[in-house]
Amino acid sequence: MSIADRPAPVPGRQPAGRDTFSGVQASDDFAALRASFRRVIFPTTAAFLVWYATYVLLAAFAPGFMSTRLGGSNITVGLLFGLGQFVSTFAITMAYRRWADRTLDPAATALRERVEAAGVRR
Amino acid sequence: MSAPLVRAAATQDIGEPWVNITIFAAFVAVTLVIVLRASRNNRTAADYYAGGRSFTGPQNGTAIAGDYLSAASFLGIAGAIALNGYDGFLYSIGFLVAWLVALLLVAEMLRNTGRFTMADVLSFRLRQRPVRMAAALATLAVCFFYLLAQMAGAGGLVALLLGIEGTGGQYVVVAVVGLLMIAYVLIGGMKGTTWVQIVKAVLLITGAAAMTVWVLVLYGFNLSALLGDAVQTALAEGSTNAEGLLGPGLQYGLSTTTKLNFLSLGLALVLGTAGLPHVLMRFYTVPDAKEARRSVVWAIWLIGLFYLFTLVLGYGAGALVGPEAIRAAPGGANSAALLLAYELGGTLLLGFIAAVAFATILAVVAGLAITAAASFAHDVYASVIKRGEVDSGAEVVVARRTVVVIGVIAIVGGMFAIGQNIAFLVALAFAVAASANLPTIVYSLFWKRFNTRGALWAIYGGLISCITLIAFSPVVSGKVDPTTGASLSMITNTSVDFSWFPLENPGLVSIPLAFFLGWLGTVTGRPEPDHDALQAEMEVRSLTGAGAEKAVQH
Repeated sequence: MSIADRPAPVPGRQPAGRDTFSGVQASDDFAALRASFRRVIFPTTAAFLVWYATYVLLAAFAPGFMSTRLGGSNITVGLLFGLGQFVSTFAITMAYRRWADRTLDPAATALRERVEAAGVRR
Repeated sequence: MSAPLVRAAATQDIGEPWVNITIFAAFVAVTLVIVLRASRNNRTAADYYAGGRSFTGPQNGTAIAGDYLSAASFLGIAGAIALNGYDGFLYSIGFLVAWLVALLLVAEMLRNTGRFTMADVLSFRLRQRPVRMAAALATLAVCFFYLLAQMAGAGGLVALLLGIEGTGGQYVVVAVVGLLMIAYVLIGGMKGTTWVQIVKAVLLITGAAAMTVWVLVLYGFNLSALLGDAVQTALAEGSTNAEGLLGPGLQYGLSTTTKLNFLSLGLALVLGTAGLPHVLMRFYTVPDAKEARRSVVWAIWLIGLFYLFTLVLGYGAGALVGPEAIRAAPGGANSAALLLAYELGGTLLLGFIAAVAFATILAVVAGLAITAAASFAHDVYASVIKRGEVDSGAEVVVARRTVVVIGVIAIVGGMFAIGQNIAFLVALAFAVAASANLPTIVYSLFWKRFNTRGALWAIYGGLISCITLIAFSPVVSGKVDPTTGASLSMITNTSVDFSWFPLENPGLVSIPLAFFLGWLGTVTGRPEPDHDALQAEMEVRSLTGAGAEKAVQH
């Protein structure tokens, strides 16, 4: 999509049907795809941002707690929390990839093939 | 573990300059051959900007790691951990967690809706010319600050490796880096740049892994013993707060201002990555959204492992080399990883790691140069100036000329930036990306009502507030070391002080401000006549991949 192939603004009166992107957007299949995608990514994003914010705030305002040694070792609570950020990042990455490959892709591909076969335009 | 011999050696020049230069020259020779081979089929814009979109997810993920792991994160973080312990570790966590934003919210939808640049996505359903212009300016600003940081890093690195004290030698190095960057990008385009980044990522991660295992072997794979020895070394050198290495606070816990600084930095890091234009552009080099997702998954693993290595390397340098020797070395904290390499493997390992550090700078600046050139040629020249009336061959010609101009700017700017704080320049680039770019990307992908005025207010508001706040912060003027009375600011004349913004990173103010302005502009602005149709098209395409750009068949 560049300027060159971008047509003049489409007149407002379009047949509301499967032939336009607006029609696809209004379809139940697309609504289901969008809903399942957002049901996964929004809560996950909120969760890891809250977990990261917790970690950063604890490091800034509760250094005593974060410096607590575990047992007789030199490992501190803060280090464990920091490594926990790595673990959670890796875990979310694997879980999302698994979900997207198994659930998102088949639904998105089916819809894409229908859209492209029908020659949907603006 | 901390033999006095090491300290003595480290205060003098270490290693053999000719070994370092030979290994580096070998890297340059190999990568130039690769770039020349990759330069076939570089005629169309899709070839030149996006490597024909034919890289696999794992290849692109490795290249992303090569693009992202800059010298600042390798040398800078290891050094920060060696000197400030835990506080240095906080950097790497922000840099890593940020990738989840890219994975979940940005990568796949960007690949599905754009062609070459970030502006493609931002201007998709908005008024083309003003939005593209704004997005291109934000792109160029981020690339400029990031380039300066890398160039300054190159100059500083040579001071350590060649024992050069004066600025003349550093100028030469900056010029060499700039010329090589121009050559790579001019000849190889995105394909060549990508291969340089892949080679560099493999070398960097292998080198860091080898040193990590080495350090861990010395401590019987006991992390607690390594941490304990780092504290012991600091204690033996008379540190009054050696225990502080293991918990937060050495660097950022001094006062409320430093704590807010830290929050501000944390926010900019975690939201900045997904708005870095050179990272975003990498998502166009794969055939489809699924491969874009695989790229990020690979990148997260490689980058995460690398940051775990830097944790060991940083504490290892603290324990084996000692903070005193690190501070005394030319290059200061940035030399920690190199001194550790010398301590472990002598001249040869130092030469290898030093060459890898140079290679790191080269790969990152090449990625930045092609991003900036694409943004200028595709967004400013083809779309804004020529209004789209230009074929892709002519656009590539402009892009190549832009590369040369950017190279010259980078060389001259890099010479001025020598001695500037690298970590600060990188943090500034992240702050601009998080303020000017990310809010607009998120709004245009997820908020149906978002319109042109919202985009312009968010981009310009984020960009201008970021740069203004920095200009009036202690980073630029008025920061004085309380004990020595020396200036810690960019303007070293201590009688000049026009700072009124207390934080050194503007993110805490500029990021929420940009989100707010994007909302305010949208609710006060009017939608374009074709708003609903374009929004529908963008949303359907972003989620299904219908009509997405295909890989180029040769």
